[in-house]
Amino acid sequence: MFPFMHRLFKWLLPIVLFSPPAFSQDWIRTGTGLGVEKVRLAVPDFKASTQDAKNTDLLKVFNDTLWNDLDNAGIFDMVSKSFYPLGPVGSPPDVKFEAWSAPPPNAAMLGFGNLGASGNTLTVQGWLYDAKNVTSPQVLGKQYQDAATTDAARTIAHKFADEIIFRLGGGIQGIAESKIYFVSSRSGRKEIWAMDYDGANQHALTHVGSISLSPRVSPDGSRIAFSSLTRTGWDILMYSVDVGRLVTFPRFGGTNLSPAWSPDGTKLAFSSSRSGDPEIYVADQSGANLKRLTSFKGPDVSPAWNRKTGAQMAWVSGRSGLPQIYTMEADGTNPQRLTEEGYAVSPAWSPNGQFLVFSWIRHYGPGAPGAQDIYIMDIASKQWVQLTHDGGRNDFPYWSPDGRHIIFQSSRSGSEQIWTMLADGTNQKQLSFAGSNTQPNWSWK
Amino acid sequence: MKQRKLQWITLVFVLGAIMMLGACKKKVAPPPPPAPPAPTAPTASLTANPNTIEKGQSTTLTWQTTNATDVSIDGIGAVDPNGSQSVTPADSTTYHLTAKGAGGTQDATARVTVTAAAAPPPTSSATEEELFSQNVKDIFFDYDKSDIRSDQQSALQGDAGFLKQHSNIVFTIEGHCDERGSTEYNLALGDSRANSVRTALVQSGIGGDHIKTISYGKEKPFCTQSNEQCWQQNRRGHFVYQK
Repeated sequence: MFPFMHRLFKWLLPIVLFSPPAFSQDWIRTGTGLGVEKVRLAVPDFKASTQDAKNTDLLKVFNDTLWNDLDNAGIFDMVSKSFYPLGPVGSPPDVKFEAWSAPPPNAAMLGFGNLGASGNTLTVQGWLYDAKNVTSPQVLGKQYQDAATTDAARTIAHKFADEIIFRLGGGIQGIAESKIYFVSSRSGRKEIWAMDYDGANQHALTHVGSISLSPRVSPDGSRIAFSSLTRTGWDILMYSVDVGRLVTFPRFGGTNLSPAWSPDGTKLAFSSSRSGDPEIYVADQSGANLKRLTSFKGPDVSPAWNRKTGAQMAWVSGRSGLPQIYTMEADGTNPQRLTEEGYAVSPAWSPNGQFLVFSWIRHYGPGAPGAQDIYIMDIASKQWVQLTHDGGRNDFPYWSPDGRHIIFQSSRSGSEQIWTMLADGTNQKQLSFAGSNTQPNWSWK
Repeated sequence: MKQRKLQWITLVFVLGAIMMLGACKKKVAPPPPPAPPAPTAPTASLTANPNTIEKGQSTTLTWQTTNATDVSIDGIGAVDPNGSQSVTPADSTTYHLTAKGAGGTQDATARVTVTAAAAPPPTSSATEEELFSQNVKDIFFDYDKSDIRSDQQSALQGDAGFLKQHSNIVFTIEGHCDERGSTEYNLALGDSRANSVRTALVQSGIGGDHIKTISYGKEKPFCTQSNEQCWQQNRRGHFVYQK
């Protein structure tokens, strides 16, 4: 029916299909599992390989993190642990192929291994087996050594999960070691914070002491550009992840907002009102060679580069009234309006260059329900799919490096918090709980 | 295609339902008489000249109203729709005019500051800051708009008049937005609002080098309830005296 859908099916997973002509009052789910067969994967708890007292805690963190990563990946049908055959599986001789490959577990793949602390050293061995290939079952065998801490156990679990996802997920790198940067008010001021992709390890990066917003991490992960209220106004500030503090970046005058890195990391686009009206500018990553891209009365803000080509930009403009999403070439030519109605903001371009995810109050005005939800649009056809339907204001969506997940902020739990979901809108989960947490930005790898 | 067929069935059903509903409506509900044209809302303005006097001196209140049938000023009583009157308040007084008409009620206020005649002149900066906060009125905006509404023009002219007389004052215009909408867009919109007030003042002859602007978007609301009254309080250009 829609050519766009076929491309989305191929690229995404089970899909939430919204069909405006026939069902304008409601939404339906169709086509579950179209295009991609989920691999049925069993992962019994890893077994202790030493007698160390720390093993209990380390195993708990490792097993929970590994399961969570694989479950989150969206490409596995995880076999419930209640179906597993009795007896631990710590190394290859423990594997009873018949018991795993036959129903009820009926597993196609089996991930297993062992973990042990010895003094201050933690050693983990992990395998991935094809459960139905008795003669040559090994797909993957890895050994890891690190400090005997729960942080290290979590990191090793992320690495092993990413190996499995890479092997079974069509050669796309996993995201278990990726980071989320966001704005949190829990210290009393809005500062830039960081956390692991699964919500673990939340910590403050900046201590500017005013209002800091819109963090955007550079493609190489070394710097975070953000907008902050300084003595002279809203300026773009630059935080170095490598040295753990702010580094110099020019002040341009006026209100400077919403920085965005080009995919090659050489340029930064942002909104500046230095000329008296908020317009989109682009500069080198050092801040030099400032160039203005838009010149039309009304707010222009929130640029987002085409992450595949770096040759186009989407942004938000109020030139025709309520804010709408537009695209243009990266030199400012050929502006095109993408959304035709409502209040559309916060575009983010998908890693494969095909889609925009954005926040939209589609029916705006008196008497309209006014729900603010996350949508994906196929840029070529302008077909869109609604991803959130569960209430609250949903804003600032951003893609995971593998393009399979979307992180966003939602007020549905009663306060603004960070949520994650698969790119088809399923598997929505809350990641932050304390204070107010907004404007999530996902690392590029 | 099954879905296409389903759409046809749905369409036929819905059309049928609409026709039946339409038929019912004709029987029971005669068309209502056309509504009379809505009466025009009254407008009102009230100024005091001079707005600062020494104790014992007089000042002149001047007011204009339109579309009002019943005009009164608190402490004076009923007055003509347009007029002026000399008053000699003993203390600083806010005169409050109410204009009632078929289209509603409109208020206007004017503040007269009475200073003690015998007192030594207070330090100029303190007085100036007080005068600033008494005389310079914030400018309010419509939703998602940054152009100055017609009902804000008199406040803006009052602001310009005061600032022209006190041309040494340096001040900041803060652009604020209500809680609806998105953080980044609201910061840009607040910037447009602050600049729109700045431009209007500069056009009235205020020196641009005395005016700073800053946007707060929806970061520093004056009021935190989720209703239109509160949202209107938050959509404003707010004046702040710079020491």
